[in-house]
Amino acid sequence: MGANLKEVRDRIQSVISTQQITKAMKMVSAAKLRRAQENIQRIRPYASKLQEILSNILSSMEGEANLAFGKERELKKAAIVLVTSNRGLCGGFNANIIKATQQLLDTKYANYPAGTVELYYIGKKGHDILKKRDNVIHNRTFVNLGEDLGHENVSRVSKELMARFENEELDHIDVIYGKFKNAAVQETTTEQFLPVLKMEQSDKDSNADYLFEPDKDTLLSSLVPSILQMQFLKCVLDTNASEHGARMTAMDAATENANELLKDLKISYNKARQEAITNELSEIVGGAAALEG
Amino acid sequence: MQISILSPDKIIFTGDINSVKVPGVNGSFEVLSNHAPIVSSLVTGVVKITKSDGEVFQFAIEKGFIEVLKNNVSLLVEGYKEQVSA
Repeated sequence: MGANLKEVRDRIQSVISTQQITKAMKMVSAAKLRRAQENIQRIRPYASKLQEILSNILSSMEGEANLAFGKERELKKAAIVLVTSNRGLCGGFNANIIKATQQLLDTKYANYPAGTVELYYIGKKGHDILKKRDNVIHNRTFVNLGEDLGHENVSRVSKELMARFENEELDHIDVIYGKFKNAAVQETTTEQFLPVLKMEQSDKDSNADYLFEPDKDTLLSSLVPSILQMQFLKCVLDTNASEHGARMTAMDAATENANELLKDLKISYNKARQEAITNELSEIVGGAAALEG
Repeated sequence: MQISILSPDKIIFTGDINSVKVPGVNGSFEVLSNHAPIVSSLVTGVVKITKSDGEVFQFAIEKGFIEVLKNNVSLLVEGYKEQVSA
């Protein structure tokens, strides 16, 4: 009985120390989540103003805008950019993104020859799992995009994607990422990055006759890359916030589970202790009775 | 005339100004009060701003856009670099 008692005590100790770790990780994730959300907020004024200028131009234009980035071509080479986190322990977050990628590969691209699709990895976790797939090209240039999620750094990726689309090296680009809803909810989302889906034309008429300099087409062709860069940046920042949200939720659940476990363990510890005492008592009583004879 | 200067990473400046000079594609131009509505893309160069209290400050940009509407100027810049000397 003594051995069992010690075993249970050791279990309790180890659960307590694990719980301390999960608790600490939850706090850290909460802090990081707040920072990640601030990052999303920060790009919002710029992004919405860009969008406003774009719709101003589009609404003053006759007919369809003719965009270099909007051209649909026959699909020969495609890319999927999957944005995952660098670290694990965040529940099903990365698994969901990887699953969505595999699904896309097995449905949309199932009938294309091997090597059609190029996987762009951002974040180590996606690469860790998918590197064994052999019917796709693996592009590891940006796996370590790293902790610097500033506009300049992230734009390196979107600029390369746009350049390769323009040179007709890639005909279709999708981005798969974790859209941030709130701390508890992340939505795995597949978005078409290029060719650009039809730009929304706002219904309300522009309230002024703008002068456009140099001219609308040139303006558009320099505005669209900026907008695409912002869209891509938003995907990356969203994923970052989602990662921390998912980890926070996962760690909260783990702490909760540890509590449950501790409750059960304490009960069995007390049972074992009581049993040991009862045993000892009956031995003493039995011994005394034997002496009295 | 109100201006807000935005970069992708932050809001650089908002406030009341007298004039702003920007490097447009077809040469640099200056926007004063009651300027006609305009949208223009900007190239690498220096933006020079005179605040309403007369203070002048300037900075360098790589590219950007300016929109002027009813004495509201929105300046979107990429590659913002502070620059003190003229």
